[in-house]
Amino acid sequence: MTLIKTSINRRSFLKATAMAGGGFMLSFSWLGCEPGKKDALTIPKEWFELNGYLKIGENGVVTIMSPNPEIGQNVKTSMPMIVAEELDVDWKNVIVEQAPLNTAIFTRQLAGGSQSIRQSWPGLRTAGATARHMLREAAATTWKVPVDEITTEAGTLFHKASGKSSTYGEMASAAAKIPVPKEVKLKDVKDFKIIGTPRKNVDGFKIVTGQPLYGLDYRKEGMLIAMIAHPPAFGLKLKSIDDSAAKAMPGIKDVFTIKTYQEDYSKHMFDVTAFNELVVVVGNTTWEVMNARKALKLEWEPFGEYTETYAHFMTGAKMPAKIPAGLESTSKHAQVMAELSKKNGKVVRKDGNPEAVFKKAAKVIERSYSAPFLAHNTMEPMNFFADVTADKAELAGPIQTPEYMEKSVAARLGLPLEKVDIKMTRMGGGFGRRLYGHFLVEAGVISQKMKAPIKLIYTREDDMTFGSYRPSYHALYRAALDANSNLIAFHVRAGGIPESPLFANRFPAGAIENYLAEEWSMESNISIGAFRAPRSNFIAGAEQAFLDEVAEAAGKDPIQFRLDLLAKAKSNPVGEKNDYEVDRYAGVLELVKNKSKWGEEMPGVFRGVSAYFCHNSYVAHVIDLAMENGKPRVQKVHCAVDCGIVVNPLAATNLVEGGSVDGIGQSMYSGLTFTDGAPDQKNFDKYRVIRHREAPKSIDVHFVQNDIDPTGLGEPPFPPVIGALANALYKATGKRHYQQPFLGEGITLG
Amino acid sequence: MANFNLKINGKKQQVDVDPTTPVLWVLRDHLNLVGTKFGCGMAMCGACTIHLDGNATRSCVLPVSSIGDMEITTIEGLSENGDHPVQKAWLEIDVPQCGYCQAGQIMSAAALLKSNPKPSDEEIEAAMNGNICRCATYVRIKQAIKTASNNL
Repeated sequence: MTLIKTSINRRSFLKATAMAGGGFMLSFSWLGCEPGKKDALTIPKEWFELNGYLKIGENGVVTIMSPNPEIGQNVKTSMPMIVAEELDVDWKNVIVEQAPLNTAIFTRQLAGGSQSIRQSWPGLRTAGATARHMLREAAATTWKVPVDEITTEAGTLFHKASGKSSTYGEMASAAAKIPVPKEVKLKDVKDFKIIGTPRKNVDGFKIVTGQPLYGLDYRKEGMLIAMIAHPPAFGLKLKSIDDSAAKAMPGIKDVFTIKTYQEDYSKHMFDVTAFNELVVVVGNTTWEVMNARKALKLEWEPFGEYTETYAHFMTGAKMPAKIPAGLESTSKHAQVMAELSKKNGKVVRKDGNPEAVFKKAAKVIERSYSAPFLAHNTMEPMNFFADVTADKAELAGPIQTPEYMEKSVAARLGLPLEKVDIKMTRMGGGFGRRLYGHFLVEAGVISQKMKAPIKLIYTREDDMTFGSYRPSYHALYRAALDANSNLIAFHVRAGGIPESPLFANRFPAGAIENYLAEEWSMESNISIGAFRAPRSNFIAGAEQAFLDEVAEAAGKDPIQFRLDLLAKAKSNPVGEKNDYEVDRYAGVLELVKNKSKWGEEMPGVFRGVSAYFCHNSYVAHVIDLAMENGKPRVQKVHCAVDCGIVVNPLAATNLVEGGSVDGIGQSMYSGLTFTDGAPDQKNFDKYRVIRHREAPKSIDVHFVQNDIDPTGLGEPPFPPVIGALANALYKATGKRHYQQPFLGEGITLG
Repeated sequence: MANFNLKINGKKQQVDVDPTTPVLWVLRDHLNLVGTKFGCGMAMCGACTIHLDGNATRSCVLPVSSIGDMEITTIEGLSENGDHPVQKAWLEIDVPQCGYCQAGQIMSAAALLKSNPKPSDEEIEAAMNGNICRCATYVRIKQAIKTASNNL
């Protein structure tokens, strides 16, 4: 057992009791998550809050708060499961509620970086264990027996010697009066009953019956609809506006311009917006506002170069960003990227003497890889509800960074932080796009101006052309082989618009004596941001495709080639800092090798392999392709994952499947190109995303079994699958693919 | 503006709207039936799929004036208690991730199974190809359709 200090919960307990005043009634919030009609629980008459994470009703029903935003990564089920485990309750008596934004109780209410489970693991366990301890103390006091003799099982307290027992519900009132323990014992992993078992999505019934869950579904009496018009191209700003026709249209309340952020405001990194000045149309209904917006006569003009400074969200370090003037085009980008990739970059890591070794090599392999900008295209477009009055602001909607955007909107509206309330709705996808909450601030500014509740809605076109896109990347790789086909030097030079995708200390760094990693970047006024495993989602595919070619040139099996390199990194690591654990990396490769029966002859099946480590989890893929009607079709994806303890295998498997298919789809089909600053794709007619017919026929997911504290899965399954796809396509067609999307290289999945 | 008498989920509803208003926004803004989702506004993603006289139809490009006396069914009216075989299969397979597109997926799948209770894999792919899932739950969707087909 682990002893853990409970300081966080002491604070949250004090806060919670001050709020609650002992037992209290709480009506179900709009965001609450009562089970489906079929298994409806009897709602207690009274709730007893034991700490900010949970409350217990007199009938034994337990409400557990899910602290983090839900974007489809299933934290709304998985995080409460961890609390329920340590509390020791029957999962079927649990109601899950989306927690309010309250950083005094909850830590890191953020969806991003695959960190929700990893970073909340101790806090969630402590919350459950603390409450269980208080229930046991209450039983011990009531029954006048030592607390150590009180055991629990599935929501019931027992004293075996006297034969006494009581439900949590019966003891909840007394437990709420027990002081919070200074430290509590956590369960042994082997005693877990809920963690590690498949549990269905707590919102499942609401989703399949179409009940309101999402920001776009949010409404309030008297609410107006708002839409924005933003410049049609990056590099432009508003010049003039003629709104006379729009204002006269039916249902229209007002047309005006707003500035999202004021000029003297000090931005943090989630405040990114390419278009600070916007035209706003407000009216009664969405269709009326859409039509009025079309009637606006707007003129735009180029802006001049400017510099912005962002504070890093964790370190607070100021990061200046120069935003150049000009209307950028993809054709020019490609030309400049090709030029920059030929020049020396900034050396980030150098081991041995790579230059000399390349000169004397028997064989040098050099390949270049590139990928376009990507639009996140969450199925639910950006939107937010705001109701701002003179002394407070109520906001609701889809946001991955509520803690940060609360500060932004409070500053913008001139309200103290405690007068701003942000409700987290379930999100129709995130993928990193909703880390950047300018739309939330826009909604607040619009509501303040209108003195009315409003819901700001982006159309798909608004969403796709006002992005915080995945940057466009380029990587040049070189490998030197000696006369015996041994890999003796490795060189990567990676860059992008406007950032490099390089991770200099990741594999194969540490495995090769002569190693050089360089980076470069190119300024741009196209706004970018995190996108499902930022940077890794490009560099993994490039590196894993390149290693496949090197293995082939060395005459080695691609899995054995990687395992041999990993063995070197283990026995004789090169360099001081290598950002991976060799055994876990090799572990997923071995697992996927075994499960896919790698090496067995399978007529008509063409296979590619890949492995990568990012965001604290290890993933390896094998893709099986077969030709159908002259086109390759993914028959099966084999996937091996090491994310430590798997909290909810059902959801974890789903997420790994989705991440794998998403990676296949993005690299095959997706890309945002620009002409004179304007995105060429504005909707799904031109922007390709993977669809049913192109998806793999089946996916097998295998988890490494261990007792390591859990890490995340939102991002790690995405990057490596791109390499496995490229390598399998080569086996199927004899052609290597270097430029994403591969569709542009004349290949499609059928 | 004009009055329209609509039959939605077996109930008569009257709305006074611009005749060009797409059914999607009549449902969402005027009738507070928000289960039908907005995704693209050009019938390219399937999030807004409803049934029009039982056939899967994209409501985001369907003017309310074109409905006449055809019957509209939305996800809210697919079954009384959320127990349509497709809905049950979706829960059994635990299909959703973010869940936003799933109402549209379910409506397309229910229409498919009504006209073709035992679809082949190819028929499922063809019928569902207009419904995008950005979380890429395609493998599970197909599995759920097969489960529903077996339980019809």
